[in-house]
Amino acid sequence: MRGAKSAKWVAGAIVVALSATACGGSDGGGDTGSTGKDKSKPAGYISMDLTEPQKPLNPGDTNESQGAYVIRSVFTQLLTFDEAGKIVYTNAESVKSDDSKTWTVKLKKGWKFHNGEAVTAESYVNAWNWYAAAKNKVQNAPWFSDIKGFKSVNPGEGKTATSEKMEGLKVVDETTFTIELEKPVPYFEYKIGYSTFAPLPKVFYNDPKGFAQKPIGNGPYIFEKWDHKKLIQVKANPDYQGPNKAKNKGIQFKNYSTVEAAYQDLLSGKLDIIRQVGPKDLPKYHQDLGDRVVDKEFAGVQTLVPAFYSKTFKGIDPKVIQGLSMAINRDQITKTVLNNTRTPLKGFTPKGVEGYQELDTDVFTFNPTKAKQLVKDNGGVPGNKMWIQYNADGGHKEWVTAVCESIRNATGVDCIGDPKPDFQTDLEARDADKVKSAYRGGWIADYPLNVNFLRELYDSNAESNNGRFKDKAVDEAFRKGDNAKTLEESIKLYQDAEKMLVEKMPAIPLWQYRTNGGHSKEVANVDLDFHGEYVLTDVTTK
Amino acid sequence: MGRYVARRLLQMIPVFLGSTLLVFCMMYALPGDPVRALAGEQTVDPAQIAALKKDLGLDLPLWHQYWNYLVNLFQGDFGTQIASGRPVAEIISEAFPITIRLALFAFTFVVVAGISIGIFAGLKADTLRDRGLLILTLLLISVPSFVLGLVAQSFFAHQLGWVDPNVSDAAPWGELILPATVLASLSLAYVARLTRTSVAENLRSDYMRTAVAKGLPKRRIIGVHLMRNSLIPVVTFLGTDLGALLGGAVVTEGIFNVKGVGYTVFGALKSREGSTVVGIVTLIVVIYLVASLLVDLLYAVLDPRIRYA
Repeated sequence: MRGAKSAKWVAGAIVVALSATACGGSDGGGDTGSTGKDKSKPAGYISMDLTEPQKPLNPGDTNESQGAYVIRSVFTQLLTFDEAGKIVYTNAESVKSDDSKTWTVKLKKGWKFHNGEAVTAESYVNAWNWYAAAKNKVQNAPWFSDIKGFKSVNPGEGKTATSEKMEGLKVVDETTFTIELEKPVPYFEYKIGYSTFAPLPKVFYNDPKGFAQKPIGNGPYIFEKWDHKKLIQVKANPDYQGPNKAKNKGIQFKNYSTVEAAYQDLLSGKLDIIRQVGPKDLPKYHQDLGDRVVDKEFAGVQTLVPAFYSKTFKGIDPKVIQGLSMAINRDQITKTVLNNTRTPLKGFTPKGVEGYQELDTDVFTFNPTKAKQLVKDNGGVPGNKMWIQYNADGGHKEWVTAVCESIRNATGVDCIGDPKPDFQTDLEARDADKVKSAYRGGWIADYPLNVNFLRELYDSNAESNNGRFKDKAVDEAFRKGDNAKTLEESIKLYQDAEKMLVEKMPAIPLWQYRTNGGHSKEVANVDLDFHGEYVLTDVTTK
Repeated sequence: MGRYVARRLLQMIPVFLGSTLLVFCMMYALPGDPVRALAGEQTVDPAQIAALKKDLGLDLPLWHQYWNYLVNLFQGDFGTQIASGRPVAEIISEAFPITIRLALFAFTFVVVAGISIGIFAGLKADTLRDRGLLILTLLLISVPSFVLGLVAQSFFAHQLGWVDPNVSDAAPWGELILPATVLASLSLAYVARLTRTSVAENLRSDYMRTAVAKGLPKRRIIGVHLMRNSLIPVVTFLGTDLGALLGGAVVTEGIFNVKGVGYTVFGALKSREGSTVVGIVTLIVVIYLVASLLVDLLYAVLDPRIRYA
């Protein structure tokens, strides 16, 4: 009897403790039941792995590739880019400017949001004003800073906005609006292809937060549902009029806890498209998938950025950095350590963007003898020692070690990896100018133009210039490109600036990224765009 | 007894406060700014980051942040995630059900299989059967769970095709068999060894001899006299083990695509989602506390000599 009595107390304690912490039965069942139905995807849909978007689906607040996939499916901007990085008009009929300062946008007529509302010039102008305004605190506000009057809606830290609208945006008629810029930007047309330049329907303004959970756009797909951390589903928009109309019936973006798990599902036919094969499966994925492999380079680069404020690189002769660049055996490292997931770079701009050029230089070619000579003859590296900072959670350790090995063997400069536990810590050190001597830089094209890889990284005022490279001649060369009359001329001038960078060496370009993905037997026509993302509208089911 | 339980439950309150404070301080001490990190390597606007931090209360001193957290917590508000803007309570209620199911599955397996193997081996200690089972458990203890997980996945899912490699979102019980077995294997080996030793030892004790001499049926000797006394160390282990299982298993959950507590905490930790980490860890602490209380109470059930007042 004694035992039975004690057991009663055991049961009592469970009840009290669980109800006190409020983690009782209510959490238990509901969640698992609701997802039971959609175990198999609807006919004609395709599925792709996609981790949970970082932030709610607001075009102005999404700047990472997970969210961008969904934003690009649900929204259509004025224009987009083809595989070669050329402009293709989608919602816009034309985007024109005579002086690169005032741009006139004509929209295609008859376009509608998914709720039936017409897409007008106002849908764009109001949306852009909303994204730019400081009080709405969205991530992509700086993208609108070229537009005249940006400072009045987003005046910077500690100041209050004087207006709700940028004076540079003017509605002319139902389907026409003009954009006046602060100063001429010959390549502005490229910038507005970025996903944040999307229009918004009127319902957005009633409840921006709720909208971002259930976005209504004007794009090739209609949003269906978002099962957080599990699935995002969109269906094809039957009334879509753009050139990128969906060739399948819809998409399921499925969330996997690891890339390895996604790959398992691809092999067993439960997933149609995988974005990136994990390091564990890379050595055998060609063998597993055969002709269903997707393996292509895209406009993203990895560089070694010297911190020009550090003891190692302060006031250094650029020739030494050239020497270090020549000490790195890019071909061998990309082939062995990186398993062909990268293509060696031969300049600051990657292949696949407008303005890419073959530079006539040997600075990016492995040449240990010349490397040693250059470093030695030009003063060497102070202390004969350098560090490469990287984040240890991103799979960079292996190649950083290999690059260091390569530098050490060729030049005798002792090179050591400086791991930070994760990306946050890595960024913090960069922002605070606390990089010991150099860091691992990465940059993926926002728009396919050489400007994006030059000005945004090496202009002395650029926000992302964390190496604090400063050079008057380079700044001037960039200004010249910005003041060009036409896009062609601007691209040309930026190409000249790139040639100048080879002499100045603001960074050591290493290689450009490749997408190493694949697809199932159920789908066909799987291809990538300029920044390595799948063109999902073109994918067909069998 | 009632007073004892009440006292133990009251003692949980300071432990609860202390652990939340500790976890909170640890999260605060971690380098890296979650709001800044949202922008990644792209252009950042310091004014906007400052405004966002003000909204989230992240600009306040540590004690103030902790105070706000506690006040909200006692009103049933676990806080909001920084990036996704979703309530942490929602995140928790998504992560726990699957982990609880997986843990209970694994736990049942541990109890049933582990104790059976232990008794089976312990009754005939130092025979071939006992040695064989010892070697088996040694193997399970020495192989890391990720090796076991990956091997089991490739063998049962890809070679034999008996099960699916991944647990789908609906997670029916059938799909949980493989991950639960892998998750249970280590504890199972420990439980088997503990039971075996305890049983083998108690077999030689005086009361066992008395029971046999009294002419009791064998079933009663083993089922009541031997088991009750042998299970005390096993129950101690099982109590903490249940806590560990409910706390989530990052590695096993990762291999089988289970989006449970381990996966959620790991993700939140990487993106510095303080309120999510504190919320979940606090719940895990409570689970541990309850489990250890249960263990202490079970002692009294198993051994009448132990009394609580």
